[in-house]
Amino acid sequence: MADPQPPAGPAIAVSDLRMRYGDKDVLNGVDFTVETGSVTALLGPNGAGKTTTVEILEGFRARSGGEVAVLGADPARGDERWRARMGIVLQEWRDNGKWRVRDLLAHFADYYRPYTDPWGADELLDMVGLTEQAGQRTQALSGGQRRRLDVAAGIVGRPALLFLDEPTTGFDPQARREFHELVHRLTDLEGTTILLTTHDLAEAEKLAERILILAGGRIIADGSPDALARAAATTAEVKWVQDGRLQVHATDDATAFARKLLATDEGAVTDLEIHRASLEEAYLALVEQFEAGEAERAVDRFQEATK
Amino acid sequence: MNPAVHVYKTGWRRALIETRISLSTPSEVLGIVFPLGIMVTVLLFLRGVDIEDAPVSLGSMSMPSLIGMMIVWGGAFGVLGTMLMDRTNGTMLRAKAMPGGMTGYLLGKLGMTAIVTAFNVVVLLIVGLVFFDGLEFASPARWLLLLAVLVLGMAATIPLGAVLGALIDNPSNMALVMVPFMGLVAISGVFYPITALPDWLQVIGQVFPTYWTGLGMRQALLPDGAAAVEIGQSWRTLTMFIVLAAWSAASMAFAPKLLSRMARRESGSTMAARREKMQQNWG
Repeated sequence: MADPQPPAGPAIAVSDLRMRYGDKDVLNGVDFTVETGSVTALLGPNGAGKTTTVEILEGFRARSGGEVAVLGADPARGDERWRARMGIVLQEWRDNGKWRVRDLLAHFADYYRPYTDPWGADELLDMVGLTEQAGQRTQALSGGQRRRLDVAAGIVGRPALLFLDEPTTGFDPQARREFHELVHRLTDLEGTTILLTTHDLAEAEKLAERILILAGGRIIADGSPDALARAAATTAEVKWVQDGRLQVHATDDATAFARKLLATDEGAVTDLEIHRASLEEAYLALVEQFEAGEAERAVDRFQEATK
Repeated sequence: MNPAVHVYKTGWRRALIETRISLSTPSEVLGIVFPLGIMVTVLLFLRGVDIEDAPVSLGSMSMPSLIGMMIVWGGAFGVLGTMLMDRTNGTMLRAKAMPGGMTGYLLGKLGMTAIVTAFNVVVLLIVGLVFFDGLEFASPARWLLLLAVLVLGMAATIPLGAVLGALIDNPSNMALVMVPFMGLVAISGVFYPITALPDWLQVIGQVFPTYWTGLGMRQALLPDGAAAVEIGQSWRTLTMFIVLAAWSAASMAFAPKLLSRMARRESGSTMAARREKMQQNWG
């Protein structure tokens, strides 16, 4: 049984990726790389081309142009050994509804045996919290349970790379929180690279070390949640209490302002707060304009705000 | 471990598990038993109807034809129906996401269909032998012939179902195949000898496997004298084997190419689009 060596270089490398449906350009020049072992979120409004991008990476869709390497291979020519090294979790899988949960995972594990030593069904069920449902038919699971089963099926072959496509769409807050905890547990699995797509900024900030924002057919922002937030914060609001009165001041350089304020107040300033204009506001504005059909203007404004 | 051999074994295991699931799911069992039950009941009423020149009643004569039709129905439509469902609910896409998954899925599907169809044929055979007078099944030659028609019939119709499943993208287009099949059954000599039909309908009926599996089953189960109401007063054994073998060769030749085309096109967004279309049609 060959144990595949992780290839040198990034888990995903995309350069000038283009996709055209008829006369409509969905992706026009997407560039990014994803390093091995990281959790990256591909964030963008609905219809921005996230699913198209991920399907190209998964080898499910042929691209119109550009270079793509996933785990060192071109997805358009990936073989079964390559396929065995990735896990895929889609938004709305309702497959094999009459199978029982445990039987299904044990059967899926069989497909990976020529390539790796897959997880045992019971270990997996324990990991995703479905031990009690092991004997149920999969169609009897709730939405959240079903998605956790999908994750178990996605990682059964101990993948080097895991795709999660809009994993919490349609979840209630409780199911969403449980799912986020599960993703955190997955990141502890040795060396698993995760690429997750979402249209929810809060989810991306919570789960990912790095966020790529896809809009207008290209990546318009790329960085850690903190870096993006700092970039979005063109001005900061400084609030404090002095002589029993609330003071507010807007500034581009909050640090310098605060330093000066504290150096000259002779101990009178209390309750100092610095509030940065948030990434959330910039992103919500982007989504709103995008949905109003003003994709180009939305992208320009977002890039202006996060420059 | 050879990956190719391994995936065949995994596909076969899938076939066994799916068979167990199918036979232990009340709705699936009902889906098979109910239409067959209706047809058998109709045939029971036809036991008193005699046909000119034939040594057995219309009911007894139609019983083997029904078994022959079951092979086509269970084989082609068994595969087609589940493939259409599996393309909508993601079972096929899941298979595509795993190494060797699509091969394992298809082998499992074909294997399960073969087992379930054979099972249904055996059930019908027992019902026929118990309730219908004049059926003969007491010689090894008849057993062998029945087995040969069953195997060759499934070899012709199961890949044919896979071909149709690869071509038909949308479950609501199932009717495009179902309605012609109903018409075909009417002209395949299942419920009445084909010789009663106008010549041109006889010609059409003889192009398709349904007539020939029925003819083969009649030869395996009816007294020799029953050939008198067949075309040319003969069972035409060799022709029957040649036609079924030709269907089998043709569908097996087309199946791999069409199936890999279908597999290549399968993706999350095509599935979502299909589901949306279906909801529009039904909603």
